[in-house]
Amino acid sequence: MRTKAIAAIALIALAAGCSSSGGDKPGPGSSAPAAGGKLVIWGDDKRAAALKPFAERFGQENGVTVEVQAISKDQQTTFVTASQQGSGPDVMVGAHDWIGNLVQNGAVDPVQLTAAQQEGIAPNALKAVTFNGQVYGVPYATENLALIRNTKLAPDAPATVEDLVATGRKLRSQKKASEILCLQVGQNGDAYHLYPFFTSAGGYLFGRTAAGDYDPKDLGVGKPASIAAFEKIRKLGEKGDGALKRSITVENSIATFTAGKCAYLVSGPWAVTDVKKAKMAYDVSPVPGFAGGKPAQPFLGVQTFYVAAKGKNKALAQEFVTNYVTAPELAVALYEAEPRPPALTAAFDQVKGTDPDLAKFVDAGKNAVPLPAVPEMATIWDPFGKAESAVIGGADPKTALSAAAKTISSQIK
Amino acid sequence: MKTALLERETAPAVAPRGPRRGGARGRLLTVLLLGPVAAIALWAAFPLLEQGHWIALGVLAAATAGLFYLYLSPRHVPAKYLVPGTLFLLIFQLFPVLYTASTAFTNFSDGHRGDKRDAVVAIQTASVTRVPGSAEYVLTVATTGDPATGPLSFLVTDPATGRVSAGTAGGLRTLPPGEVTVNPAGRVTAAAGYTVLTGGQAAARGREITGLVVPTAGGAIRSQGLTRAYEGRAGRAYDEGCDCIREAATGKTWTADDGRGAFIAADGERLAQGWRVGVGLANFTRLITDPAISGPFARTLIWNLIFALASTGGTFVLGLGCALALHSPRMRGRALYRTLLVLPYAMPSFAMLLVWRDMFNTDFGLINNLSGLGVDWFGGATSARIAVILVQLWLGYPYMFLVATGALQAIPAELSEASKLDGAGPWQSLRRVTLPLLLVALTPLLISSFAFNFNNFNAIYLTTDGAPFAADNPANGATDLLITYTYRLAFGGSGAQYGFAAAVSVFIFVIVAVISVVSFRRTRRQEEVYS
Repeated sequence: MRTKAIAAIALIALAAGCSSSGGDKPGPGSSAPAAGGKLVIWGDDKRAAALKPFAERFGQENGVTVEVQAISKDQQTTFVTASQQGSGPDVMVGAHDWIGNLVQNGAVDPVQLTAAQQEGIAPNALKAVTFNGQVYGVPYATENLALIRNTKLAPDAPATVEDLVATGRKLRSQKKASEILCLQVGQNGDAYHLYPFFTSAGGYLFGRTAAGDYDPKDLGVGKPASIAAFEKIRKLGEKGDGALKRSITVENSIATFTAGKCAYLVSGPWAVTDVKKAKMAYDVSPVPGFAGGKPAQPFLGVQTFYVAAKGKNKALAQEFVTNYVTAPELAVALYEAEPRPPALTAAFDQVKGTDPDLAKFVDAGKNAVPLPAVPEMATIWDPFGKAESAVIGGADPKTALSAAAKTISSQIK
Repeated sequence: MKTALLERETAPAVAPRGPRRGGARGRLLTVLLLGPVAAIALWAAFPLLEQGHWIALGVLAAATAGLFYLYLSPRHVPAKYLVPGTLFLLIFQLFPVLYTASTAFTNFSDGHRGDKRDAVVAIQTASVTRVPGSAEYVLTVATTGDPATGPLSFLVTDPATGRVSAGTAGGLRTLPPGEVTVNPAGRVTAAAGYTVLTGGQAAARGREITGLVVPTAGGAIRSQGLTRAYEGRAGRAYDEGCDCIREAATGKTWTADDGRGAFIAADGERLAQGWRVGVGLANFTRLITDPAISGPFARTLIWNLIFALASTGGTFVLGLGCALALHSPRMRGRALYRTLLVLPYAMPSFAMLLVWRDMFNTDFGLINNLSGLGVDWFGGATSARIAVILVQLWLGYPYMFLVATGALQAIPAELSEASKLDGAGPWQSLRRVTLPLLLVALTPLLISSFAFNFNNFNAIYLTTDGAPFAADNPANGATDLLITYTYRLAFGGSGAQYGFAAAVSVFIFVIVAVISVVSFRRTRRQEEVYS
């Protein structure tokens, strides 16, 4: 009897000890706000690190605590799932082409920017974050593909794809390079990197509505114009010039270029860090189009700050995103964390003097088209890439694209 | 360690005093283990209480009380041993299986994650636009009472005119210029009858600030952060009367369809923000009737079986061969060989799969460069299949080698000696004596290895990702397993379709379960023969 009583007392003491030690900070379920409120920001590893000092300053100015958390993988899915469960952040940092999916899941709120704030943002970046007539976030950096060339092997920027191939072939026959072009294809294709050539050859993914938005009902993938474009791609492929090869993948394309095995690399601002590390002479120019074709249009990606719809402190999140992120200092710091051109004109003007590549990338993206943010775009990537890979391997463009179009349209709800 | 030793020394002195088994040490252990149980129960109870999950709370209380009764009472000794395992089985095995199975009957997917209320809120919020030509107000949050609890007012300054108005849920009224002080940025620093909130005070009441809507003639003034406000109008609103969303400007309506979990207009247009509903067997029906899925299904299943059999059988034969070779006492340096053989098993397979993928690269891969073959490994169906099985062999045989070595050492040497005396050659001895005895021990492992390889997602996803794909079918590749194929169907297309993915999981679970049950039945018969 006595031992039982002792056990019971010990238990109660233990439980009380546990609960009192956990009492200092509110548990996950309690909703009592801390003194000045808390702002939680999620970003990927690099950006989270760069954001920290600014977030702390914002916290001090507003008398709140700010927490920056790095999400290293699957940021979009993690954000949507966490939001749904009520454990998501107040502010999310991510790519603009998430918008369609975030909106259909009710994960982000539109932001209202003043006319002056809107004027401070590069027009194509602002257009990218506009979805169904609403602005869904504040852009801070842009990225697009360009042609990076080894100036020792190829001193002049090629004006057309044909020029590029001719120079590349000459270098190959002279044994100065083993590949004509380093453009990542991989076993299952890469629609993003092929897109400039695809548009130049006349292909298109989605038509446009009268308002200029992407129209998911007009799928361009299986249309004659796109098939004709793939005929040209096929000529560049393994059974043709050998400029496009499936053996060049996301892992080895930049390394092959920095090893001097190819004179040209189609890649984005993220490749510049590696190229600089290789201490090679290089230059950046727009991705060329086919002779007599349409202009080559790369995709424009825009890194964006979002206000989470299910955040705990939306007023604070809106304050941070619309009134703090729109100031240039933060954009400059984020540029220093990873060299992508800032989307804020003021920030871009500040850094372009020190980094000549930036202006060249922006110039290469002059006629870039924003990555479609419509949720239907998600259905394109995989089948389109497979078709690309098949055609580069020598398959019939019509068969490959018709099959891709069929798969895509069966998935568009 | 020290306390354990002390306890051991003191335990005998205490034990004779207590009449019950276990003694002080047992009681101490009980208390130490039940303490965390109580703590976890308390920790879990508060959120449940707060959100009013009464059934869950009841289950929690009953489970905790049950555990306490069980371990504090001297009776029910077998249950004391069985309950922890059963509990973990319930939490980590049965619950996920039931959750997956229940998800399979819903339309849970991107665009259908939350409930209907969430969807309505999302639609209404997304439709609020600024009234064209309205002022870009500078906002100051103020109160007529205590900064922490008093009723909130928006003091909004129109930057064009410098006029300040005070807004509450009741409406907007202009403040006389003499009563307010405005700084150059347009923010109110003082106003008669109001206390201006500091940044921290305002931030702490963020939820109320977001919730405050000041009605105006053209729409309503809402906050945008803590320092700006705008006059906006909701373009779409939910109408309870018709259970529909109505667009103010055009009068167009989207009626709720609770079977599909979406608002759908008469012309078939569907609003993107939907909600989660039960769809019955629709996911299973789609799995069976959609020709894009059922068409390549048989082919994928056959290859999947071949892949699982070849991976399991190949690694077993190779592993057993190595084990037999190193089992012979005549072999020198056995320890060294054994260590070397286990190496592939010691490396993370995740990284190794990626390395192997790059080694199979046509132009830059190690394999083609060394052999000078120039084979487009992942470009042809047969070569890609051979390649992935080779990778599986390399990754898997050390495991089979390890278990076969262990099992071989457990077989008494007398048996093979006896068979030798009876005139059996080494091959006959292996086939008639060693192998049957080995298989008794190893068959369950082979079955589990088969089940694992049947669903070996990484082995394909990280190497070929299903390649090569025929030009006329970008959805199903030659090396696709059922799991990689359905992953592409469920997550590769229009966002994540959890409901459909769950249905597929249930389906694959049934296939693997049937194969395993049949194999285990056969093993049992085999055991009866040999034991």
